[in-house]
Amino acid sequence: MTRLQTKSNIPDSDGFYDELLELHRGCTKDESDALNISLILLLANHIGDREVLSEAMQVAGNLVKSEFSAPAREDQ
Amino acid sequence: MRIFETPLYPYERSPDQDAPAPARHPVVVVGAGPAGLTAAIDLARRDIPVVLLDENDRVSYGSRAICFAKRALEIFDRLGCGDEIVDHGVTWSRGKVFFRDRRIYEFDLLAEEGHRRPAFINLQQYRLEELLVRRLRDLQSEGRPVELRGGSRVTKVEPAADSVLLTVDTPEGPYRLEAEWVVACDGAGSTVRRELGLEFAGRVFEDSFLIADVTMKADFPTERWFWFDPPFNRGQSALLHKQPEGMWRIDLQLGPGADREEEQRPEKVVPWLRQMLGDDVEFELEWISVYTFQCARIERFRHGRVLFAGDAAHQVSPFGARGANSGLQDVDNLVWKLERVLLGRSPDSLLDSYDAERVPAADENILNSTRSTDFISPKSETSRLFRDAVLNLAETQPMARPLVNSGRLSLPHVVRDSPLQSPDADGLPARTRPGSPAVDAPIDDGWLLARLGDRFQLLALGIDVPDDEPGLEVVSLPARRHALLDERYLGDAPGALYLLRPDQHVAARFTDYDPERIADAFRRARAQERDDP
Repeated sequence: MTRLQTKSNIPDSDGFYDELLELHRGCTKDESDALNISLILLLANHIGDREVLSEAMQVAGNLVKSEFSAPAREDQ
Repeated sequence: MRIFETPLYPYERSPDQDAPAPARHPVVVVGAGPAGLTAAIDLARRDIPVVLLDENDRVSYGSRAICFAKRALEIFDRLGCGDEIVDHGVTWSRGKVFFRDRRIYEFDLLAEEGHRRPAFINLQQYRLEELLVRRLRDLQSEGRPVELRGGSRVTKVEPAADSVLLTVDTPEGPYRLEAEWVVACDGAGSTVRRELGLEFAGRVFEDSFLIADVTMKADFPTERWFWFDPPFNRGQSALLHKQPEGMWRIDLQLGPGADREEEQRPEKVVPWLRQMLGDDVEFELEWISVYTFQCARIERFRHGRVLFAGDAAHQVSPFGARGANSGLQDVDNLVWKLERVLLGRSPDSLLDSYDAERVPAADENILNSTRSTDFISPKSETSRLFRDAVLNLAETQPMARPLVNSGRLSLPHVVRDSPLQSPDADGLPARTRPGSPAVDAPIDDGWLLARLGDRFQLLALGIDVPDDEPGLEVVSLPARRHALLDERYLGDAPGALYLLRPDQHVAARFTDYDPERIADAFRRARAQERDDP
């Protein structure tokens, strides 16, 4: 049974997205990486549910894998 | 002369060397490290004649394993030398964690109440071995059948139909021995393992570590200090750990490709330690060594009549104290089984359960120590970013501190699928489920584990049980008198029966008295078929 919330769950999604980008404004790549990782750790701890966390990792992992393993359009 | 430079069991000629044919012994243990000494002591206590062979004649050189966890101390209690060992050790509970040039947090490990032994002690391996040799000598003087032969190096191992032929090299030349059973405790570079052609498969870590024992001239706090990426060892780690007798252990990560000889030069090490400890701390360097490690194991720990234990069977990284501790638990698991098979009380298949129970334990130890190693020395850019973010967060966010992994407390393995175990009863506390080592608890003016000893026992809590099952001793204790005993063994149940093995592990448990089910579980725990005597 899937337990990860995959429907939109954040009120004011545009505002959230904007705030996320704002956070990274002026950051170097290294700073942005550190920021993202700190966010992941804080949010993961807040969620706390190991099943939900594993499921989120799977969803993200599969997405990235399929994106990077799909043949590029130009080659077809 | 320091203890590790003193011959404690110098080579002496044995009558076996002049025997016309190889002398036959029930058990030969190869290697007198912590595992081998413990095996010999446990066998001798059970009056199983044992010959312990060691290529050397003294305890280990330098401190080496320095952390012995509660389960190991409980095993030493069972063997009659727990007090001496604990009295020589030191305990600590406070620690500091540093990242780059700042102290990010402090901690205090609050040990759980109601155990005779602390969560762990720090004690140099050579001191432990010295105390174990002393215990072995005491057993000898009581007339127990144990022999420790120094200067005796096994060079050849030839399995035969119902025994194993060993060739032993000595200062006076080689001789041969016939062993009904061989317990191979001859360490990470095991000759016995090589002789049997067994693959030691796993992951080799390229990092080198410099370890040093130093004696401080003045007081220094009894704390564990761990540095990630410190100014005096950029990009690496460092650890300062308390040992007894005013001694401290320092581990400095050198990174891959370090020059062993160069790094060990005192002219190089002393200024480095000065940077780490501060200019005003006076110390004396006692011992230096450089090591690398691997996380590996052989596929099976039993090969016919050869049983592997400790580093000869599995090797872990030093983080998390799972090397010597797991070797001692191997021996704890093995010796009572060997005794039963030697005396014909259980079939040979009982020894297969040693393999079934200790291989998963080795995997668990390898997993835990590999995780610590991966945190301490990240192997990729991303893992380094995660590690550094955890450390940065840990300074202000307590949520990140449990993620900081500089070595975890060494906990005993809980057996999951053992052929000796019976299905669990409902409604009893999880921590004492079948497969768990019995958890200590205060009872009246003593301790539960001291009452259990090392035979098969039925611990009856609040249930009346007749003492009529041969070979199974009943230990009765009332329910609702000892709060921690109730919490650990009963939970909400009014009473319970625990079938405990000679290694103090739970084989089965019940919430009511049913003699047939108990007899059945008792048979299973001894690997006996229904018709066996």
